[in-house]
Amino acid sequence: VAKLPTDIPELVKQFGPTLHTVPPGGWANTGKDEKLVKTHCCFCGQQCGIQLRVSDNKVVGFEPWEDFPFNRGKLCPKGVKRYMQDEHPDRLRSPLQRVDGKGFVPISWDAAMERVVSEIRRIQQSYGNDSFAVLTGASLTNEKAYLMGKFARVALRTANIDYNGRLCMVSAGAASKKVFGMDRSANPWSDIPKAKVILVAGANIAECAPITTDYLWQARENGGKLIILDPRMTPIARNADLFIPVRSGGDIGVFNGMLHIMIERGWIDREFIAQHTTGFDAVMETVKKYTPEYSAKIAGVPAEMIVKAAELWGPAPTSFLLHARGIEHHTKGVDNCIAAINLVVASGRIGREGCGYAMITGQGNGQGAREQGQKCDQLPGSRDVENPEHRKYIASVWGVAEESIPRRGLSAVPLVEAIHDGKIKGLISICFNPAVSLPDGNYVREALEKLEFYVNIDFFLSETARYADIVLAGSLMEEDDGTTTNVEGRVIRHRQAVTPPEGAREDWAIINEIAGRLGYAEKFSAAPREIFEELRIASKGGVSDYSGMTWDRIDENYGLFWPCPEPGHPGTPRLYEGGKFGHPDGKAHFIPIEWRPSAEMPDDEYPIILTTGRVVSHFLSGTQTRRIGSLMEQYPQPRCEMHPRLAEKFGIADGDFVKVESRRGEIVVRAQVVKTIRPDTVFVPYHWPLDRSANNCTIRAIDPVSNIPEFKICAVRVSKTVAPDDAIAQLEMEAGGIR
Amino acid sequence: MSEMAFFIDHSRCIGCQSCVQACAECDTHRGVSMIHLETIQRSDSVQTAPQVCMHCEDPICARVCPADAIKKTPDGVVQSSLKPRCIGCSNCVLSCPFGVPKYRAEIDQMMKCDMCYDRSSVGKKPMCATVCPSGALTFTTMEEIQRTRSGIPINTWRFGNEIVKTKVHVMVPREIERVDVNLVQITSTPAALANDPFDVALMLEEVR
Repeated sequence: VAKLPTDIPELVKQFGPTLHTVPPGGWANTGKDEKLVKTHCCFCGQQCGIQLRVSDNKVVGFEPWEDFPFNRGKLCPKGVKRYMQDEHPDRLRSPLQRVDGKGFVPISWDAAMERVVSEIRRIQQSYGNDSFAVLTGASLTNEKAYLMGKFARVALRTANIDYNGRLCMVSAGAASKKVFGMDRSANPWSDIPKAKVILVAGANIAECAPITTDYLWQARENGGKLIILDPRMTPIARNADLFIPVRSGGDIGVFNGMLHIMIERGWIDREFIAQHTTGFDAVMETVKKYTPEYSAKIAGVPAEMIVKAAELWGPAPTSFLLHARGIEHHTKGVDNCIAAINLVVASGRIGREGCGYAMITGQGNGQGAREQGQKCDQLPGSRDVENPEHRKYIASVWGVAEESIPRRGLSAVPLVEAIHDGKIKGLISICFNPAVSLPDGNYVREALEKLEFYVNIDFFLSETARYADIVLAGSLMEEDDGTTTNVEGRVIRHRQAVTPPEGAREDWAIINEIAGRLGYAEKFSAAPREIFEELRIASKGGVSDYSGMTWDRIDENYGLFWPCPEPGHPGTPRLYEGGKFGHPDGKAHFIPIEWRPSAEMPDDEYPIILTTGRVVSHFLSGTQTRRIGSLMEQYPQPRCEMHPRLAEKFGIADGDFVKVESRRGEIVVRAQVVKTIRPDTVFVPYHWPLDRSANNCTIRAIDPVSNIPEFKICAVRVSKTVAPDDAIAQLEMEAGGIR
Repeated sequence: MSEMAFFIDHSRCIGCQSCVQACAECDTHRGVSMIHLETIQRSDSVQTAPQVCMHCEDPICARVCPADAIKKTPDGVVQSSLKPRCIGCSNCVLSCPFGVPKYRAEIDQMMKCDMCYDRSSVGKKPMCATVCPSGALTFTTMEEIQRTRSGIPINTWRFGNEIVKTKVHVMVPREIERVDVNLVQITSTPAALANDPFDVALMLEEVR
């Protein structure tokens, strides 16, 4: 039973997080024999182009890359300071072995690999193949995502592989597949400024996808109107034409209410609906009762806001829908997205210039990482792991028997539950920090303690890696080659700027060696460029078809949009042109959506809604950004945002210490009293660990279709408290302390 | 090609601090950020405002400098104080109507935004205006800004009786020609206003 090998302050002392504040060689070092490497940011799904300044095999700074068409040199603060990860004092430079009472000590690669392979064999022989699971991430390149899927299915032959995109894009993806038959943003970002009305639902664009702000503002310069749905007045909501401070989980009220009015007033495209869609009658029937008054009760906003939204959206000549986690992180996340997309399809405004829709991908390769076969239900090319034809094709690419490919496995949350229940005994993880990022954090950490063997691949010792038996020192984005697929569906190239430090290895080399030692050397010998060649064959004929792409073509074209089904194909920036959709019948499929309550609604005992999200200077579980000094300075510790009316009720003043507690756990943070949030809701960002982890409170309830957790609403109570002075509270803030 | 110019559009600012982070990456003052990002009143609003040096045509900071340490380049960029001359008196800090210069005690010298002179003098854009994700800070031509923006750029200010013209422009609604800044006595805070436009609770009450 793997309790932590030593106490947390000691682990923090050994492996951080600590802050890196000065670039290699100091601030005065402006670079000798410097070269500029054109690559992309390692963080969010925007995947902004950036040039890294490299000197003496060290990343010493950055230079904007103004030629890259998506961001034209623009960057958010995370992009500006990402280079500080390189040469970081916390960087893992050797495999580590857990030693009880001491923490972790370095061991040789050979000894580490031997241990990993013997434990995989022992556990799989004792408990069956599926008892060893794989958790991966959406910040991995396409090549690594492909490799992880193949590794699980071919070398481990386990069904249980899933990835942290399960916390991110699965609701949007499932909704898009159901309605359009494809899972990708429908339009390139260049369509956004051409839209006369833009609806942004549950997306704090200014903080989570900052570069997209310029596209929104450009639409407004061109006379476009902006509608924002969010329980908080975010920086883009401040200047919107209509800000709807919707109650978390009430979005369907707004969407169905808008459609009700659009039908009533004739603002739907009946010709388009007749020619290019199915199922509209059922939707019409459903939204009949969604009068503005009925809808307003669900949405928790004045009815006239919904009417105004319909008046802006309904008659517009061009339009664009953008949605993100705010509507997706729900037990009805897929339904929320479908209800929003219904507004697009009913208007007929899709597949044309300035007309369309996009989901704002959260993670770096949030798009590509879900296409290459590391989801529990998918094979490469966005293929279905249960579809006999799909299985047969991938089996032929991999040179294995079709029946040897495992069936559908568990998704991330049920997978962790299976660990907690003792059904899964062994785990290999890469690029995933569930101790911070999964809901119900206390339960997740309990589960990690129950593993018989856990091997973690990472470049820093994350909060989750503390539970590992073996840690393998992997690679940063800038230490490897590969491709990712950005928010638009544009496949782009990450170039190796520096080699991994001595003692660390490229992730693919680590996986290849484990597979080799398990007896699959001939199937796992490729480096990224060759992996891409295999990946594009594997994707051929699939929905996300990369087969016409090569790394060279991607380089020459500032990226290529899939589908790109044959050599020389220009790629497909805009989907659904001519009203031709991805389903076999070529049509878009309307689906009627009824609102239903969230898993846990506020009650007398826990009367307040907690919603979680991000701040601009941090990324996801914070394992990277909590190590960068200037990003920590910008937002050092989580704060609980609350309206003055709520604060007054509990006698809380700005800056007071408050306890936020749910049925599952609690956190103590400082209060930030602001009028920019609904008075029935508090907001806490989730980038911090331990007693500062908002996910101690969130609920382990998932959407039945997408299996996304309900991060955006649970019931809590809030009270004023005193400054905590325990050992965790006294840690530095990057490690979970509080000031 | 016409001359590049600097434009600030406060309505676009999202407070992300990319400018602050990137300013510290400019080679002439690496590690120190010169730009100011003002958070107006976070409890009431998410409004923020970036402030670069406005590079006045007749810079008051230079006029009041007893050591003649603040120089303007031929192309109109007002520089940080010259180290051998600066006596650290902070006259410039007190006189600037935009609150830009800051006295740095650790080096006993006034430093401020120089529009990334190492970059802008060789055809590159200043760091902040290159990275700004919202377009609140933009370095481009006058023609381009007029073609792409609905507001208009102005560079004339009146502080009391003093008219100030600046090299840096600010985007404003079309009907405005000049920004008049008057001394006002604040008698009530926005929080006391009946129709605070940024109070989410009040928006929800419009139901009746």
